[in-house]
Amino acid sequence: MSDNNNSSNRRNFLTNVTKVVGGVGAIFAAIPFLSSMSPSEKTKMAGAPIEIDISAIQPGAFKIVEWRGKPVWIVHRTTEMLEKIKNDAEHLADPKSDEEYQPQYAQNKFRSVKPEYLVLVGVCTHLGCSPLYKPGENKDLGLEWKGGFFCPCHGSKFDLSGRVYKAMPAPYNLEVPPYYFASETKLVVGEDKT
Amino acid sequence: MSKFITWIDERLPVSNFVKNHLSEYYAPKNFNFFYFFGSLALFVFIMQIITGIFLTINYKPDAASAFASVEYIMRDVEWGWLIRYMHSTGASFFFIIIYLHMLRALMYGSYKKPRELLWLFGMFIFVLLMAEAFMGYLLPWGQMSYWGAQVIISLFGAIPFVGESLALWIRGDYVISDATLNRFFAFHVIALPLLLFAVIYLHIAALHTVGSNNPDGVEIKQNKDKDGKPVDGIPFHPYYTVKDIFGLAVFLTIFMFVVFFLPEFGGFFLEKDNFVPADPLKTPEHIVPVWYFTPFYAILRAIPDKLGGVLAMGLAIFVLFLMPWLDRCKVKSIRYRSLTYKILLISFVISFIGLGYIGMKAPTPILTILGRLFTLVYFGFFVLLYLTSKNEKTKPVPERVTMHE
Repeated sequence: MSDNNNSSNRRNFLTNVTKVVGGVGAIFAAIPFLSSMSPSEKTKMAGAPIEIDISAIQPGAFKIVEWRGKPVWIVHRTTEMLEKIKNDAEHLADPKSDEEYQPQYAQNKFRSVKPEYLVLVGVCTHLGCSPLYKPGENKDLGLEWKGGFFCPCHGSKFDLSGRVYKAMPAPYNLEVPPYYFASETKLVVGEDKT
Repeated sequence: MSKFITWIDERLPVSNFVKNHLSEYYAPKNFNFFYFFGSLALFVFIMQIITGIFLTINYKPDAASAFASVEYIMRDVEWGWLIRYMHSTGASFFFIIIYLHMLRALMYGSYKKPRELLWLFGMFIFVLLMAEAFMGYLLPWGQMSYWGAQVIISLFGAIPFVGESLALWIRGDYVISDATLNRFFAFHVIALPLLLFAVIYLHIAALHTVGSNNPDGVEIKQNKDKDGKPVDGIPFHPYYTVKDIFGLAVFLTIFMFVVFFLPEFGGFFLEKDNFVPADPLKTPEHIVPVWYFTPFYAILRAIPDKLGGVLAMGLAIFVLFLMPWLDRCKVKSIRYRSLTYKILLISFVISFIGLGYIGMKAPTPILTILGRLFTLVYFGFFVLLYLTSKNEKTKPVPERVTMHE
């Protein structure tokens, strides 16, 4: 009787050990398959910084360049635009850019290194659409609208610094990518100044 | 011939299978219009597999050539336009059929004991089908394919802490790209269809274990004659095979009319922006998912908070899984249920259609308020159903099924 018990205990033990070892093995075997879905080395390399010649961008003009497959905007803001940005805070959700969606050197009203040049990732922080550049006044966008970016997908509004208006689907200000000015006319996006 | 059948049966009981599932499988004799949609869904599934196989013969899952390869199928491949339109129109009709199939279950209480598991398998099919349709929509690599996928994958980014890495892992790149297209192709043509096949098998296996419900919600197995056959049941074959073939003929007439004359269906089945190749730097003015996702999309937009919206949308689907336990009324069919349930179900259907309409439109202040109202009604259905169904005043349920002439 005790012999029987003993052998059934041993059998249960062996069964359980097999289950555990097999289970752990299955988990480890899944790793290569799951990892194969992560960005490949080639994709990561395509995320390298880019250089842009900004001498041709006139005041008030807007330029889109591609970085990591995302649109990056460069706006050459006029003094008039900068005045509006300075005076407008009441409609904005995060006017001081307290949320960290920009490098430290761009944490100011103008969200930029040089006030006249705005550099933003042109992807709405709501669901990743690319907002439209609407610099002028526009009654369709409401009376408080003083120019900025409007997302056509779900109607989020951003000012000319990419700061989101209050009560919008988008939760944060538009992201400022890491960038620096290599010279007066050369902008490098994708890297902090070293 | 009979010798051959005996030879087979001794090795694999095919005759028994046919008896158990067709010629001696008893289904209630009072099925009505709503009972066409199960077999139609199966038909459309098979049609999507067949047209899909023939599309893969000419399609190229590569961001540089995908759009052109679809145009190649449409213009240069013999009958390619027909195969492609059958597949694209089939997707929309699949959802029409599935929504009516689900409405049938809500009307006649087909999710109730003993059919809870049958309902759960059905819900899994619904979720898999949404994933299948979503991934398939990326493949033509048009503007709407691209930006629609961008929006949906970003939803995962709303999950705290792991969201961004999860979205990156799903895309395989920092944005939707060739890597994303390639993997969606793999999921769309092999991984999800295999899973769907398995769950559809389980759905039908569970159905044939408990038997079909019917418009009266009477269990026909409780009333058997001396041979053990349900008195209110008729063999599936030939009675319902013939009925279903008739339904199929009507369906195909409508379906092929759309395929031949209205394959884009005014931008509902194939959106206009999708005739423009995908451009990662330019969002179309107005992004909308295909019509069958719009009710859930409207719920997403109704909540003015990113994570909240995503959660509400997920909950809108998840709560359907709980139907067998939210509805505590013992009476199955709407025919014998209270006015309260009828009003609740009608409000639910109206809110679902209303949300579907709002989800297609550009956001305006009035539509946003309406969307919130309908979202409230949508979730209110489940809450009020749970509260009212326990002590519902029902009419007496007949012993046997009733036949309406």
